Amino acid sequence: MTQRVPVVEKILNANDRLATDNRAKLDAAGVFALNFMASPGAGKTSLIEHTIQGLRGKLRLAVIDGDIATSLDADRAAAAGAQAVQINTGGECHLDAVMLHDALANLDLSTIDLLIVENVGNLICPASFQLGTHQSVLIASVPEGDDKPYKYPGMYRGVDAMVINKIDLLPYVTFNMEYFQRGVEILNPGVVNFPLSCRTGEGIDAWISWVDQQVKTIRAV
Amino acid sequence: MHELSVTESILEIAVRHGQNSGAARITNLYLVIGQLSSIIDDSVQFYWDIVSKDTLAENAKLHFRRIPTQLRCLDCNQEFAPVKEDFACPECGSIRVKVSAGEEFFLEAIDIEKT
Repeated sequence: MTQRVPVVEKILNANDRLATDNRAKLDAAGVFALNFMASPGAGKTSLIEHTIQGLRGKLRLAVIDGDIATSLDADRAAAAGAQAVQINTGGECHLDAVMLHDALANLDLSTIDLLIVENVGNLICPASFQLGTHQSVLIASVPEGDDKPYKYPGMYRGVDAMVINKIDLLPYVTFNMEYFQRGVEILNPGVVNFPLSCRTGEGIDAWISWVDQQVKTIRAV
Repeated sequence: MHELSVTESILEIAVRHGQNSGAARITNLYLVIGQLSSIIDDSVQFYWDIVSKDTLAENAKLHFRRIPTQLRCLDCNQEFAPVKEDFACPECGSIRVKVSAGEEFFLEAIDIEKT
C-alpha cells in the first residue's frame, strides 16, 4: 500500500545550515568575508589584486580561490601579498558551504581582517549556494554586454554590491549603460555599484573605501 | 550544471523522511521548482538514476511541479507575470517590483511503501 508522506523541505537546506556555521566561525574570529561572483574573464582576480594593493598596511587579507582545476588565480593572489587557499572543485561549477568550511580550516582566521572568496566563474550556479560570507559582490564587465541582468536574474537579484569592470572599453563596444542599469534596478533596487577599470585604475578608490568601510562597520557591531 | 549536488541533496532528504516513516521503498518524489531557480528537470532526472541506485529510493519516479514567475508592483500593487525578460509592471510601467513566486525549490512530498 502506498502512503503519501508530506516533506516540504528546501533542497538546499543542508547547505544553508552549514553556511550559517561558516558565518558564525567568521564572526567569532572578527573576519569580514566577501563572495566574488562573475562570469569567466570579468576580472575577479584583477579586482582582488587591486583590493590587496589598495588595503595593504590597513587590513590583513586572505583569499580563498575556487577553480575547477588550476591554482593560477590563487597564485596571483599570493603574489600580490595575501594568504591564499585554493579549492579545486573538480569540475563543479560553483563553491558550496562545505567547500568553504574545509577551506576555512586551512586558514589562521586570527591573522585575517578581510577574506575574499573567489567563486567559480559562472553567472548561474554560484547564485544558488549560500556560503556564509557577509556580502556577495557581482563583478560585471562591459564586454559581456548590457543584457546580462535580464538574462541572469538569479545572479543579479541576489548580490549586495556590484562592480562594473572594464569601463575603459565603453568607447569601443556596444554597451548601453542606461539599459544595463535599468535591469539592475529592476532586479536589485538600490544596490550599491562601482563602475571601474582594473586596467586604468579609474574608480578603484571608491571600491576600496567601500570595502574598508564594510569591514569597519561589521567590526563596530 | 549544479544538478549533481542538488540531486544528492534531494536523495538525502527523501531517504531521511522515508526512514523516519518506516518506508521499505520510496516510489514517488514530488518536487516543486520555481521558474527562477536555475534547475533543469532532465538533468536532475539523469543524475537521479545514478545516485538513487541501491538506496531506498531506487527506481522512484520524480515529479516536477513548475511554478511560473509572478511579480508584484510596489507602486500600483498589480500582480503580473513578466513578459519575456522584462520585469517592469505592464500596468504603470514601474520597475519597482517584488518577486512573489518563482523562486521555490523544495521537496513537497514522497510516496512510500512499507512492505
